[in-house]
Amino acid sequence: MSGRLTIEGARVVDPASGHDAVTAIYVADGAIAGLGKAPDGFRADAVIDAKGLVACPGLVDLAARLREPGFEYRATLESEMRAAVAGGVTSLACPPDTEPPLDEPGLVEMLKRRATSLALARVYPIGALTLGLGGERLAEMGELAEAGCVGFSQADALLSDPHVLRQALRYASTFGFSVWLRPQDSTLAHGGVAHEGEVATRLGLSPIPEVAETVALKTILTLVEETGARVHVARLSTARGVALMRDAKAQGLPVTCDVGVHHLHLCDRDVGDFDPNARLTPPLRDVRDRDALRRGLAEGTIDAVCSDHAPVDDDAKQVPFGEAEPGATGLELLLPLVLQWGREAGLALPATLGAVTSRPAAILDAPAGRIAVGMAADLCLLDPQAAWVVSSATLASQGRNTPFLGLELVGRAVRTLVNGRVVHAA
Amino acid sequence: MSRSLQLGPDGRLVHLLSTEGLPAETLRHILDTADQFVSVNEREVKKVPLLRGRSLFNVFFENSTRTRTTFEIAAKRLSADVVNLNIGASSTAKGESLLDTVWNLQAMDADMFVVRHKEAGAPHLVARHVKPGVHVINAGDGRHAHPTQGLLDVYTIRHYKKDFSRLVVAIVGDILHSRVARSQIHALKTLGVPEVRVIGPRTLLPADVERLGVRVFHDMAAGLRGCDVVMTLRLQSERMSGPLLPSAGEFNKAYGLTPEKLAQASPDAIVMHPGPMNRGVEIDSSVADGGQSVIMPQVTFGIAVRMAVMAILAGNA
Repeated sequence: MSGRLTIEGARVVDPASGHDAVTAIYVADGAIAGLGKAPDGFRADAVIDAKGLVACPGLVDLAARLREPGFEYRATLESEMRAAVAGGVTSLACPPDTEPPLDEPGLVEMLKRRATSLALARVYPIGALTLGLGGERLAEMGELAEAGCVGFSQADALLSDPHVLRQALRYASTFGFSVWLRPQDSTLAHGGVAHEGEVATRLGLSPIPEVAETVALKTILTLVEETGARVHVARLSTARGVALMRDAKAQGLPVTCDVGVHHLHLCDRDVGDFDPNARLTPPLRDVRDRDALRRGLAEGTIDAVCSDHAPVDDDAKQVPFGEAEPGATGLELLLPLVLQWGREAGLALPATLGAVTSRPAAILDAPAGRIAVGMAADLCLLDPQAAWVVSSATLASQGRNTPFLGLELVGRAVRTLVNGRVVHAA
Repeated sequence: MSRSLQLGPDGRLVHLLSTEGLPAETLRHILDTADQFVSVNEREVKKVPLLRGRSLFNVFFENSTRTRTTFEIAAKRLSADVVNLNIGASSTAKGESLLDTVWNLQAMDADMFVVRHKEAGAPHLVARHVKPGVHVINAGDGRHAHPTQGLLDVYTIRHYKKDFSRLVVAIVGDILHSRVARSQIHALKTLGVPEVRVIGPRTLLPADVERLGVRVFHDMAAGLRGCDVVMTLRLQSERMSGPLLPSAGEFNKAYGLTPEKLAQASPDAIVMHPGPMNRGVEIDSSVADGGQSVIMPQVTFGIAVRMAVMAILAGNA
């Protein structure tokens, strides 16, 4: 696309700077060339009339499974990258739980190359912490980092051996690599499928106790204290977990954390009559946990919210709850669900959108999530009033598995730009 | 919770998945209908034509000859055609999904499915996917529910105690893994039993069980004091020693129902067990075979209660 574009009339919200005003955005050669004032000699090749819309940085999603390689029957890189931009997401981190897992540089390079050729959202791969996610031998973190990995994790294949965890953190900290860990103790989770509490008791579902999170989190925090490793705690689910993170940050530990967007809105009661779409990992917990997560995100103890996007095919969901594969499609629900959280929490739009733009970008240490002169023009033009019903007809993702299926949400990306190029137009 | 799935828009029972969520009048209707079938079962010719021409499929993904037989007898006494499928050993081993199995059977014109499965909620999944007019009876799903057992238990209690409104009922043992206990609790609470107690060690009680409306006791003597009904539960052998319990012997000492412990209950208390019993573990033989035991009548009433459920689902009662 030729270089010069003006976006006129949009209310520009940049959470990083706090800017919130109707401002013209001038784009040249894929980057933001001016805000409010055109650069000298600027002549637009095209103009987008964005009156009534909000322009914010393209969303940065800390966890979206693209299912390639290995799970193309669930989703393809192309289908999920289209879902990303349809949801206003322009940068995403993908966990290493592909088949094979992202444990060697060739796979990472291939993924990056395929993603670049699609020219939709930007991909930030998270490499496997251990070979094959087996939890025994370290993956070649240095090589993987060179290939483009921005951090290392076990995805949902939990590390059950604290010795391996300790050494992985020591090794990673030697080179300053960031390690992303799910705080769940697999022995305490004990094959459970739902939050331990009244709902699991009524439904007879095997429980995952709160301590599965807090014990794991205390282990992680103790090892961070010892090793000084940079750790990102992925997917908090309990009120006590939020409290532990608050203390750890007050103590000055180099830790960040996120929450999945479903956990801001749903709790164990939403499992209802064994709805397999509400089978998530970590499990949906008590309503008090949900409320603590909402507050934790608002106060900044929780750094970011992510979609935790996991497209699952019908065959893996049309089974009894306990046998259903965990996960929900989320890329296109992230924006409306975050807006809903912000409205309900009484937050101003910059504060709300910070949780999906500048704050996750800081965790990735990526040049994204901001609207500023010189930055790439990765933008989301959203209609904050647009109501839409979640259905297989309205989702671009190949995954239709969502507990919000059939419900009306408010707020949608109308146009998404990456490098100044319109990659999605509703 | 299962109300919408179990009851049609007119409030009629369309599936029996759980005793939870069923209104008291529905439960009483089942018990009253069972009364009529008890007399059928006492006749020389124990057969009525209510389900003639209908097919009932016993689909057991988890083996249980005993439970399956009671459903088979109940269906045959209603003149239904009965097909028994022990799926645990066939289709799923070949990788066929639960729904594929059910759709295949439905194509053979089944009118009613009796489903047992190791996973909680499996019968709900089936109920959600069968054609209108096809009924599903939950014959036990994981730890969740075993509604016909719960109903036959409250039937037995009503038979001996007449009135639910002044009873103290204790359920003893492994509540955590027990679908029977859950079904009993919901049925008893809905029918107006003012005090339902659960008695067991903390390792065998599920989280927040008191929110089901029961009182929790860890001490057997205190829990049994003044009870009108004592319901013991089967303790699965794989749970007798491990992280939940040190040994069957220690469990028996603390929670096994012996004549001495039973003496804490009302003198006219009845003793129940869903079977099969581990004599000398959760219940001593002298109690199981003693004057206060109604364990054999439970089995007899179980046939009538299952006949009642089938007849009501078929729209003939």
